[in-house]
Amino acid sequence: MRFVDEFRDPAAARSLIAAIEDMAGSEHHKFMEVCGGHTHTIYRHGLEHVLPESVELVHGPGCPVCVIPMGRIDDAIWLAEQPDVIFTSFGDMMRVPGSKGSLLDAKARGADVRFVYSPLDSLRLAVDNPDKKVVFFAVGFETTAPSTAVTLVRARELGVTNFSVFCNHVTIVPPIKAILDSPDLRLSGFLGPGHVSTVVGIRPYRFVPETFGKPLVVAGFEPLDVLAAVAMLLRQIREGRCEVENQYSRVVRPEGNPAALALLGQVFELRPHFEWRGLGFISQSALRMRAEFAGFDAEQIYEMPGVRVADPKACQCGEVLKGVLKPWECKVFGTACTPETPIGTCMVSAEGACAAYYNFGRMHREAAQLVGQSGLR
Amino acid sequence: MTSVHHSGPTFAENEVIERIEAFRRRRPRLRDEIVTLAHGAGGKASAALVDAVFVEAFRNEQLEALGDGAVLTLPSGDRLAFSTDSFVVQPLRFPGGSIGHLAVHGTVNDLAMAGARPSWISAAFVLEEGFPVAELRSIVADMAQAAETAGVQIVTGDTKVVAKGAADGLFITTAGVGVIPGERQLSAAAVRPGDRVVMSGSMGDHGMAVMLARGDLAIEADIASDTAAVSDLVETLLAAAPSTRWLRDPTRGGVGTVCNELAQTTGLGVVLDEQRLPIRPTVNGACELLGIDPLYVANEGKFLAVVAPEETEAALLAMRTHPLGGEAAVIGEITEEPAATVALRTGFGGTRIVDMLVGDPLPRIC
Repeated sequence: MRFVDEFRDPAAARSLIAAIEDMAGSEHHKFMEVCGGHTHTIYRHGLEHVLPESVELVHGPGCPVCVIPMGRIDDAIWLAEQPDVIFTSFGDMMRVPGSKGSLLDAKARGADVRFVYSPLDSLRLAVDNPDKKVVFFAVGFETTAPSTAVTLVRARELGVTNFSVFCNHVTIVPPIKAILDSPDLRLSGFLGPGHVSTVVGIRPYRFVPETFGKPLVVAGFEPLDVLAAVAMLLRQIREGRCEVENQYSRVVRPEGNPAALALLGQVFELRPHFEWRGLGFISQSALRMRAEFAGFDAEQIYEMPGVRVADPKACQCGEVLKGVLKPWECKVFGTACTPETPIGTCMVSAEGACAAYYNFGRMHREAAQLVGQSGLR
Repeated sequence: MTSVHHSGPTFAENEVIERIEAFRRRRPRLRDEIVTLAHGAGGKASAALVDAVFVEAFRNEQLEALGDGAVLTLPSGDRLAFSTDSFVVQPLRFPGGSIGHLAVHGTVNDLAMAGARPSWISAAFVLEEGFPVAELRSIVADMAQAAETAGVQIVTGDTKVVAKGAADGLFITTAGVGVIPGERQLSAAAVRPGDRVVMSGSMGDHGMAVMLARGDLAIEADIASDTAAVSDLVETLLAAAPSTRWLRDPTRGGVGTVCNELAQTTGLGVVLDEQRLPIRPTVNGACELLGIDPLYVANEGKFLAVVAPEETEAALLAMRTHPLGGEAAVIGEITEEPAATVALRTGFGGTRIVDMLVGDPLPRIC
């Protein structure tokens, strides 16, 4: 496919891997990839097994599905079960377990739950079904928040009265800070968020080298992007530099997308605090709708239960999201918690570290290398 | 793998992997209290439902093989393949075909996968009150045309009409029988390490064509369903490669699911080569956009064959002369390790698992 194949070129990959091996030397390097999209790429393309063992990738908190706490899922299910409601959601969210099942279970019980690829599809449903109340389950970082903002502005222009948004948008910088503040983890650097950075630019990450002394390279999502970003991190370390660099410059501009940022500012404001699954309450880490959009705010229109639900005791998603545990180190990984019967969010989304590892990476390193090196004649 | 030296952390990881594999070998358990769409998606949930409800109740030797069709031996010693399938696709028409084509091709192909020459088909219709007769006529004409091309006759049938709202337009169930020529022995038990996995053509066309035809994704791409009867192509293959071990059509759940079924039945590894997977650029592009892995997208006019290594060249040459086999390709091989697992060798020597699909988001594609 054009614009994809060139970032999956085997020859280019081999030379990058050789450079990585050379620069990594004998030291152990532990890099966190912030985005779930990176985690997905790493496992889907088998990158773990082509990197030298001295380069360890740990998975970060940037999977938007994974960080939504259980109580919010319960609220979503409650909304979906209100009379005359069409509840719309991105497909990934539908299988996330709340305390009493998932949105898919609610759908099977009779709730009108539909999956959409864009909030604008949800708005269109509202326009097409004037006798129904359409709610959009908004999740995601600064990547998806602008499309929710555009939709809300559009809904106001159209004067739609049967459309609302259950807003769960979060921001990327506070959890990175929370991880750096936590004493559990000793990281050598970060693969910075790619698509979030198309919106926020690369400046918001300056605190990572300046305050915490760790290099950060904003990285794209194709396998060569990830390898190139790892090489850039190693080069910084080797040359004694520590800064924010941009590997994904074909998409990310240093200043981000000022129009999208302005739109976010127009529609949303920071919540004083928001609960993150596994990470607890983080102040100023999530968005809510401004007063001008209160008429579209599901949290103001509906009397949701809003009960805070503790994660199941066995679930160690929090440790996985912070990169403290590898997915397979969780007590319930792969036995009680699997993609078909997930206990925690990390096992649900394709971008969740546990699901990615379970679906793609669950293989002896030696066997994987054996398969990788052999080839059909 | 015992000869390989394990470093500390790798050993712990391998232990966890082994524990999981042991856990996965247990029979799938049905925990759900109600039927969800996942039970119809062809993945693990479907397997659990079939196992816990249907096999449990109907238990017999033919059913327990869980093939696409049952193989029945007559008192004369002749063998029949017998298969049935229901069709609920929405929309009823899509680029490349209709529910009528699918209803015939689906059953014909299931028979062909058992090594049979499909002969007779039944058709049962559930019609929703209010369904236009003109549309019914046109779908039935598609069935007649598909049957003629495939060389089968539709010899019996049934019609039911239900009240408006009790069905979605039209559902069709077909069943079919065909005779398996005496010398043919297709079975997963015949599959050996070193055998080649051959795909008869491009992957994912049907699933993506229907998904885009549903119109709720606002993506337009020139993708047509591959719906076709493959029975003649199977004859071509078996003539050129008589030691062919096993055939399966990768419909719902796609190539990934079918390979998993093979790996689990045989206990052997199926190693696919990413760069050899035949995928049309448009299908690949649509899959990338939607975040769907083409390995799990349905096909309706393709099959996978496990072929003896020494007959592979002859098989490919013969298939490529057939109008439906022009893109036939070796996509992988059977290995001892990793046991009972499907692995994919990625473009640059990386490796990943190809697991059974969970929670298929694609609605009603066949």
